[in-house]
Formats: sequence, structure tokens, C-alpha cells
Amino acid sequence: MRLPKPRGGLSEWVVARLADAGAAGAAPAADSLEDEALALWTLHELSYRGFEDADDHAEWDPEVLHVRHGLEVALEDRLRSRWEAARPVAGDLPDDVPAALEALVAADDGPSLADHVRRRADLDQVLELLRQRSIYHLKESDPSAFVVPRLPVRAKAALMELQYDEYGDGDPNRLHAHLFARGLEAAGLRPEYGAYIDDAIAENLEMNNAGSLFGLHRRLRGAAMGHLAAFEMTSSIPSRKMAQGLDRLGLDGPMAAYYDEHVEADAIHEQLAARDICGTLAEDEPDQAMEILFGAWTCLDVEARFATAMLASWGADR
Amino acid sequence: MRERDFDHPEVVLCPDGPMLLRGARSVQDADGTVHPVRRPVVALCRCEKSSRLPWCDGTHKVIPKG
Ligand code: FES
Repeated sequence: MRLPKPRGGLSEWVVARLADAGAAGAAPAADSLEDEALALWTLHELSYRGFEDADDHAEWDPEVLHVRHGLEVALEDRLRSRWEAARPVAGDLPDDVPAALEALVAADDGPSLADHVRRRADLDQVLELLRQRSIYHLKESDPSAFVVPRLPVRAKAALMELQYDEYGDGDPNRLHAHLFARGLEAAGLRPEYGAYIDDAIAENLEMNNAGSLFGLHRRLRGAAMGHLAAFEMTSSIPSRKMAQGLDRLGLDGPMAAYYDEHVEADAIHEQLAARDICGTLAEDEPDQAMEILFGAWTCLDVEARFATAMLASWGADR
Repeated sequence: MRERDFDHPEVVLCPDGPMLLRGARSVQDADGTVHPVRRPVVALCRCEKSSRLPWCDGTHKVIPKG
């Protein structure tokens, strides 16, 4: 992948700095939330696959890390203040984390892109949604993989049981990110990693940044696993609707198969994530219980913001 | 402190949810069809409402709890 097109002063600085460590002076302030989100997304990407036109040393360059840190603090503050404003019972530590996760997911009333795809979306809208989703699905499960060494025994074993399936059970053909790439190709879209980053809307960048932030910081391991659980717990039924919508529009084949695979896989994964990962993590490290709920709530919230923006752009809001 | 042993059952009944089954190579459904298993863990539907029996597809969550 190549460095993205800047969307303001700060992302322009980041792109210039990553391309050439000698370039640019001090980082300017961001022009907008979108500029900020793209800057952070670009800096996080250095810890995944990176960019062909960036200097690989930039990942641990102190000046670059300084900018990344400032952006992460701002993002975490924003996510936490949304959670503080929304969470139902302040200060109450849940004693049954899997049940608390279930209640949180059941109370989620965010708009559903899958419902729209199943019933009404036209082909252009679906293709646009797939381009947006490609930002995450082409690195599917990678943020959670960073968390493995940071967990106690039971949660670690359970996360690996889940991740093994995400990564194809040892078969590269069944690796979920690869299934999505095959789906993109079959739908006439570009399958290369990061191909559509310049199309990603600000809400999508923020959604991806939240997952990376949680995955990359040991301190946020509880939030990362809560995020994973909420993601899996809201996946099987929407995946079935996505597959039905794709069929309706004649996109049956590899892309519908990708969503089909998730109906079955995520019905398993949600049990593993809620009970064996989050439940045991909260037992072994009780101070992580509320963090798990923060991460889960954030997962639902950033998806709702993304869905709201997409539906509004299509004039399909409720 | 001694390192402890953990429970890791092959069969787990999830409350109001599926049965998790670890290490199966194939599963025969109610019609007698045998389905090969390619995953280390599968979730078998217990509510009978799944659209892809014998596997759980999450439908149990939209069934009111008795
Ligand atoms: S138990 Fe999950 S769909 Fe029946």
C-alpha cells in the first residue's frame, strides 16, 4: 500500500515525515477531526503492514511516536467521555461480565447497515459499503492479535482458539481477510490491502483507530477484548442479512460466501469471546471488568456513528 | 502457589444458546445428513430455529426467553 492522500495540515505532515525522516519541521495542529483521524490511522498502519513509500524506521521514531501519542490521548479522551455520558450505571462493577455484555448488546439501538443492504440498498451503495468495510476486513482480527501476550492463561488460550479460526484454522484459503479480498475481486473491486483508504470516511477511520488503539496498548487489553466480544456478538445475524442482500443484487458468490462464513463462525466466536475471553479475564483481573464494558460499548458506538453517516449520505436515514 | 488445572470441556451448553462442541470431525443432523467439521470448535443449535441447522446462526438471541 502507498501512503494515503492527506486531508489537512496534520495528515500532510505525517505523510511527508513518513516518506522522508529529514522532511518537515514540527507537526502542526489538525485542521479537522477527519485530518486527525487520517493522521492517526496512517501512524497506526506502521504497526501492521506499513507503506511501500514510507521509511520502515518511522514506526519507532521518537518524534513520530510523540505525535501518535498526542493523537491517541485525544481519541481515548473522546471515546471515554462518550462512554461516561452514555453508560447506564455509573461506577457499578459488573459481577457477571458475559451477562453485562449481553445486556449492552441487547440495548444497542444503532441503525443497521445490514438491514438496509438486505432490503433496500442499490448496487452502488453496496459496493461503496464494501469499499469502506475493506479498511477493516482486509486486516480482520489483526488488532486483537496484538493482545495475545498480554492476557492471563485462560483468556489467552480462548483468544487463540478464536483467532485460529479467524485466521483460517491453518488454511490460508480460509483466512477471513483473504476471503474478503476474494469477495472484493469477484465484486469487481480492488482486493489489495488498503486500496480504498482515500475513500474511507472520517467515521470509518475513527472506528478503525479505536480498534487499533485498544489492540496496541497493553493498558487497554480489557477494552480490546470487550471490543472484540461486542463485534462478534453483533455479527452473525447482520452477516446473514448482508448475504441475503448480496444475493438479492446478484452478488452471490465469493462475497456472499464471506458473509455466510461469518454467520456460522461468529455464532461460535461470540460465545468464546463473551464467556471464555472476557468472563475469565474479568475473574482473573477484576479491574478489567469495567474496561471490557467500555470497549464493548465503544465498538457499538463507533459502528452506529459510521452507519448513521453512511445512511445519511444515501438519504436512507430512519 | 501451585499452578492450577483448568476446566476445558469438549461439550459446553451455553445458557439460552448453542452447544459448543470441541474436536468433532463430523456431525450428523436430525435428517441423517453428515456434515464434515473443519473447525476446532463448532456451535450446534439447540433452539431448532437456526436457518442453517445443525449449526447455530445466532437466531436464538431473537427468541423471547421462556
Ligand atoms: S441455538 Fe443459536 S440459533 Fe439455535
